[in-house]
Amino acid sequence: MKAAIVVFPGSNRERDAVAALEAVSGTKPHLVWHRDTELPKVDLIVVPGGFSYGDYLRSGAMAAHSPIMREVKARADQGVRVLGICNGFQIITEAGLLPGALMRNGGLKFICRVQHLRVENTDSPFTAKYAKGQVVRYPIAHGDGNYWTDAETVKRLDGEGQVAFRYIADETRADPRGNPNGSVTDIAGIFNAKRTVLGLMPHPEDAVEALHGNTDGKPMFEGLVEALS
Amino acid sequence: MSAEATKAQERPVTVELAKEFGLSAEEYRNALDILGRTPTFTELGIISVMWSEHCSYKSSKVWLKTLPTTGPQVICGPGENAGVVDIGDGDAVIFKMESHNHPSYIEPFQGAATGVGGILRDVFTMGARPIANMNALRFGSPDHSKTRHLVSGVVAGIAHYGNCVGVPTVGGETNFHPAFNGNILVNAMTVGVAKTDKIFYSAAAGIGNPVVYVGSKTGRDGIHGATMASAEFTEDSEEKRPTVQVGDPFTEKLLIEACLELMETDAIVAIQDMGAAGLTSSSVEMAGKGGLGIELTLDTLPMREQAMTPYEIMLSESQERMLIILKPGREEVAKAIFDKWELDFAVIGHLTDTGNLVIKMYGETWCDMPIAPVSNAAPEYSRPWEPTPKASDVDDSALAGYSADLGDTLTKLFGCPDLASKRWIWEQYDSLVGGDTRFMSGQADAAVVRVPGQTKAVAITTDCTPRYCLADPVEGGKQAVAEAWRNLSAVGALPLAITDNMNFGNPEKPRIMGQFVGAVQGIGEACKALDFPVVSGNVSLYNETNGEAILPTPAIGGVGIMPDAMIAVGIAFRGEGDVILAVGDTKGHIGQSIFLREILGREEGAPPPVDLAVERRNGDFVRGLIREGLVVSSHDVADGGLIVTIAEMALAGGVGAYLTAFDGASPRVLFGEDQGRYVLAVHADVAASVQEKAKAAGVPVTVLGETRGTALSGRGGDIVSLKRLRDANESWLPTYMAAEL
Repeated sequence: MKAAIVVFPGSNRERDAVAALEAVSGTKPHLVWHRDTELPKVDLIVVPGGFSYGDYLRSGAMAAHSPIMREVKARADQGVRVLGICNGFQIITEAGLLPGALMRNGGLKFICRVQHLRVENTDSPFTAKYAKGQVVRYPIAHGDGNYWTDAETVKRLDGEGQVAFRYIADETRADPRGNPNGSVTDIAGIFNAKRTVLGLMPHPEDAVEALHGNTDGKPMFEGLVEALS
Repeated sequence: MSAEATKAQERPVTVELAKEFGLSAEEYRNALDILGRTPTFTELGIISVMWSEHCSYKSSKVWLKTLPTTGPQVICGPGENAGVVDIGDGDAVIFKMESHNHPSYIEPFQGAATGVGGILRDVFTMGARPIANMNALRFGSPDHSKTRHLVSGVVAGIAHYGNCVGVPTVGGETNFHPAFNGNILVNAMTVGVAKTDKIFYSAAAGIGNPVVYVGSKTGRDGIHGATMASAEFTEDSEEKRPTVQVGDPFTEKLLIEACLELMETDAIVAIQDMGAAGLTSSSVEMAGKGGLGIELTLDTLPMREQAMTPYEIMLSESQERMLIILKPGREEVAKAIFDKWELDFAVIGHLTDTGNLVIKMYGETWCDMPIAPVSNAAPEYSRPWEPTPKASDVDDSALAGYSADLGDTLTKLFGCPDLASKRWIWEQYDSLVGGDTRFMSGQADAAVVRVPGQTKAVAITTDCTPRYCLADPVEGGKQAVAEAWRNLSAVGALPLAITDNMNFGNPEKPRIMGQFVGAVQGIGEACKALDFPVVSGNVSLYNETNGEAILPTPAIGGVGIMPDAMIAVGIAFRGEGDVILAVGDTKGHIGQSIFLREILGREEGAPPPVDLAVERRNGDFVRGLIREGLVVSSHDVADGGLIVTIAEMALAGGVGAYLTAFDGASPRVLFGEDQGRYVLAVHADVAASVQEKAKAAGVPVTVLGETRGTALSGRGGDIVSLKRLRDANESWLPTYMAAEL
């Protein structure tokens, strides 16, 4: 699997994504600078976390209009898999690859912790390695993760299997807390209609090795490698 | 703007103006002697910040010189932007802690944010990629009307800056005490890693070499910030809000990447960030260290505001700016990198052989004065000081009235502000970005962060117990260093070196100066005994409001190294049936303990004495066990004593403890804060061999019980359930912060 990671001024989790992809696929991903207008031929495009353009104006809003995003959209239209994590989710949503919007966390504070999620749909290379309904733990680290869309769209997303992950509480754990940011129907991540594009707030790339405390994020990258190699 | 308009804004230079700028009459006379004339308005501004306490260390220098700063591991000690320590394999760790106390009290969000920004620059300016931030915060009493606002603003400011730049904030400490009501402490620490052959220093070299300004534009913020930080607070101090700088972490992130990219080339001769006193201190220090002169022409300097005067530009503390001396002809290489990162880049001058600082603008010269005499003549005071009277030990009569249930006492302690969970704070910090965080502090006695791309890891801690320092500055200073050393050892790291952030009151008062002197003596003694030298630091004096001084707070940032991040041990109990051991002697020192203060309402007595030889023996023993893989959980015994330490380990792991060593134990045994102690959990099958090893090493080790159940229990049944302790521990801070002002 060949992957590219798009780097904007203010991206700061691109190294985490590089490490996760390299560990699982054995190949170093390409880093593509935001001013570039061409993407190398790749199977996966990752839009990483961070504070692109300082989150000024609105999270992801400025990056969504950078030259490289036109190319990302074109590739996505051709079926190239796109993974937007955290700020990357905000960017690809602002760019129109996914419906809805990400607003300020309900608690109005940045929040970083390990969060329980339920895998809602496994019919995608991103989630194929998980079982439907499986509970996984990914770290979250965001201030603007409050996903919103209207009730009708939520219904459609659910009906079409476009909800990828939901925040859940896990009472068996010392820290059982659920929805951290007030997102509508606890949505943590969504697919596009073809399930070739995934945007999510939590960080699977920071849960891939023993040092991270759990490796629940690894199957996502393994699934991508398996499907795209 | 023109020369005429500038002059129209200037005020006549007199002794009165000098005093307004923070100079004493004597210091002003000294300036006249050096120059042989009256300084210009711009020159007076420059001299006043150079000679401010903040920049000149005039009250502290004579004592700081006594601290041990060398060792085989030290590559660069105090005097540069940060300390540099060898961690093997051609790698170095670069770190420093710095205060931003005054600005954070006046404007908590921006004050704390720019504190983080400033310390990050001190570290990456030397060629290091920052890998971790820590902070040590001291607030006033929770009952004080401003405390909630200050906690909220400071934490949000640190989060805003650290999260955006993408450097994990991996821990620190937060205390509350009424002595900080009018003067909080915000101490921020950054740790970075670099290659030992790619370290950048600030001494300028090469006559004619270009002087380059990069980063944000210069505005009128922070003018005389250093002077403000060198005076006591009064009621009207909040009117000084305009002297607080405004930070932009996005620009800082770009600046980090651009500078590190430039450092990959061979274009740089010297580099320094513009911190306190901005362009003045950076240009003077760089030229001064190189024994050269520097000539700046400010017309092309990137400015954010119109019609700025040379005085304003030289004294501005606008953030996210660096000064670089380039090799001749490398301007284009450097400019291309800063263009890529969309940062301002301007050649604003060159080095000269005159030894003078020359400032030109609007076709005229506003400053032309010799650097060395002005720098060297920065005042250095041997201020009078009084030793702090020794407090006597607390006798048993203080404990006579205590008969409360142990479970109730523990619940109360776990819900007191100093011991309550600080989750509300640290969940606002991105502690994981970078993917190298093994432990944040709280999960282990020290934060453990892997060196990117390697297996080895750096351990980091910040420590100080201000109530000990007030009661006995010498023992308190010693204790702060010993606790840092102990916390590093407790995770399995080899302690390497420290940075000291000395926060004290007004040094012109002999009592306060005595606290400072005592703390330096104690720190020095401990550093020598533990081979734990001081490689960087910062002094913050005049932490007083309306004559009320803070508790003396020599915050120590300690850094250690371990060959593999995965050998590190955290505090959490990890399963039932492990044997719980105490390492070190429990004598029952109850003076200045948290128990005495929180349960009996008495802040009195001498602090626990520190025996540095015992400290070293016990720490080396614990580290050895961890390195052998024999330890499951490890926690040093600090605030609250043995029983609180065990309860913290139980809470962290969700596994209780059945304790057999405390039947009928006195509060001294349960809650005494004797130093040099650890609690370990080891698998039952190695407990005997661990005890054998302890005997051989001459280290006292006693069995306290075993991990079991979901409560702290003893032969008499349950003492307290973990649920009750957790509820008390987790609820205090969120409840407090949610309450109405």
